[in-house]
Amino acid sequence: MQAKESVGIGLIIIFALIIGQGGWPSAAQAERVYDYINISDPFLKKIPIAVPVFKTMSGSSEVDAAHKAADILSSGIEFTGYFKLIDRGAFLETPREKGITAVDLNFDNWTDIGAELLITGGLWVTDDTVRLEIRLFDTFKGSLLFGKRYGGDIVDLRQMVHRFCGEMLYRLTGNRGLFNSRIVFINKDNGKNAIYTCDFDGHGPRRVVEGEAITLSPSWSPDGRAIAYTSYAGGEPNISIRGMESGETRRISYEGINITPSWLPGSSKLAATLSVNGDEEIYLLTESGKIDKRLTDSWGIDVSPTFSPDGKKMAFVSKRAGTPQIYIKNLDTGGVRRLTFEGNYNTEPDWSPEGERIVYSGMNGGQADIFVIGTDGRGPTRLTHDAGSNESPAWSPTGTLIVFSSTRSGTAKLYVMTASGTDQRPLLDLAGEQLLPDWSPAIETR
Amino acid sequence: MKFQRLGLKLGLLLLAVSFLFVFSCAKHKDASTAPGEASTEAAEKARQAGETEQEEAISEEDIAAREKAEAEAEKRQLQAEKERAARQEFVNENVYFGFDDASLTKKARQILREKVQWLRNHPDRDVLIEGHCDERGTKEYNMALGQRRAQSIKNYLVNAGIDPSRLETISYGEERPLDPRHNEMAWAKNRRGHFRLK
Repeated sequence: MQAKESVGIGLIIIFALIIGQGGWPSAAQAERVYDYINISDPFLKKIPIAVPVFKTMSGSSEVDAAHKAADILSSGIEFTGYFKLIDRGAFLETPREKGITAVDLNFDNWTDIGAELLITGGLWVTDDTVRLEIRLFDTFKGSLLFGKRYGGDIVDLRQMVHRFCGEMLYRLTGNRGLFNSRIVFINKDNGKNAIYTCDFDGHGPRRVVEGEAITLSPSWSPDGRAIAYTSYAGGEPNISIRGMESGETRRISYEGINITPSWLPGSSKLAATLSVNGDEEIYLLTESGKIDKRLTDSWGIDVSPTFSPDGKKMAFVSKRAGTPQIYIKNLDTGGVRRLTFEGNYNTEPDWSPEGERIVYSGMNGGQADIFVIGTDGRGPTRLTHDAGSNESPAWSPTGTLIVFSSTRSGTAKLYVMTASGTDQRPLLDLAGEQLLPDWSPAIETR
Repeated sequence: MKFQRLGLKLGLLLLAVSFLFVFSCAKHKDASTAPGEASTEAAEKARQAGETEQEEAISEEDIAAREKAEAEAEKRQLQAEKERAARQEFVNENVYFGFDDASLTKKARQILREKVQWLRNHPDRDVLIEGHCDERGTKEYNMALGQRRAQSIKNYLVNAGIDPSRLETISYGEERPLDPRHNEMAWAKNRRGHFRLK
């Protein structure tokens, strides 16, 4: 196998090489490369895929890493909701012994167990560094779809494997960014309110802000470098903006409530509800907290703004018609239309990154459920059923997954599901209550 | 050792007491048998009687004054208690709301009329009006709803003539339930406007 093209990828990974014959269309050229996944209903039929343990290329001391790499890869691609992993016990051949390239593999052995895709990997460990070679095969065609080499510190094995997952997802769906996104949420434990972040898959939760005071509504900035949130740390509900790297915090504090911050895409401005003029209205604020303009003008509650990806429209919750419903305001024309009509308590909208859908929670008799509605009013489709109260949904940057909080197991915990409501599973296991998640955009510098 | 020392101490104490007894008896005897002092004794008696009378007169005045003072104190205390009770009631009596509703019920207005009275009687006191919600509904919306509840109470008080600068509002959304249980009774208790003196 000859390396034909090299692509630098970030700080952690030193190099990545394409392996196999021929290249592929450039990112600018194609949305997605392969037609395995039905984009219109991607979760209807999961693609059966086999991920055998990686081959140790230079010695038995690599066995642990070889298992670990295959496991990270398996759970990474399984997390996307597109794939069905075939149990390793069913495998008819062992690439870690036979070899990991097309010539070493008998593809019949893989189609016989129902695998449509196969991923093989090999790794070399030298002191604290590791080199990886990972290939994706179409088992029916018996051909290599693509292969990549990665190298870096052994402690960054997870990130390297996730680079491959990200590349693979991009080629199969045209979506980027899931594998380098993070989730922010509120953890309530022993009366303490803390802001936590974790990886896209719930891995590595860590506390970023701690306090006794009530803390709500964390929201990632469009560049993923800051979060805005509501905090009672000063005794009253104010908005804080915190730089994730610097740890510096700026406070926006008008008289009355300062709540539900949400960033305008591609900008450093954010919308929030203030009651500074006596009535709860949504305002656009500069990063330094100055009022740029008032976005709603209707007596009563207007709250929880969320913007379309182009920043030209804003969905929000208003009680103007007597019950909380979701409305869309066209920021160019100023026109406002009501989006939700079913049920009498629809709140917490989040606009999907692809722009066509809004996820929200609708309540009936005290228990909330998650719904998705087209921005044209199509639907709505209910995604959760009879499983506690399900609240605060947020889209993944790919628009394929939704994180939300649910009381289905008693106390509120975070769960993830596909955009179709399938594969509902806990995101992470952490003491206390987990609430109000927000999914970051792809964060490039990690 | 210890017991011996204690015994010794007890013995000394007994001795001292018995000496005292003998001495005082002897003195008594001396006084009653001394003849030259009879008149003095009578005069003394008379003086003592006068003194007693005088003393009684003062006591009566004293008692009257004391009774008056006591009555006043009692009145003051009663007043203070009444005042305290009124303050307690002002602080403790919450205004309750319907689900997803910030409008004032008839009962709420009745309670607020009493609050207005108290605020008029205590023009030097400023208050914080807290708006709370039950756990149903979503946190962000409830944060706004709590504010709306506090605001509608404030509006009522301002319309009744209370200086708005004395009234501050805050929303706690559903974050500070009075009753943590998950039933209708708890929810009804938690949908409240609460007064806090500043």
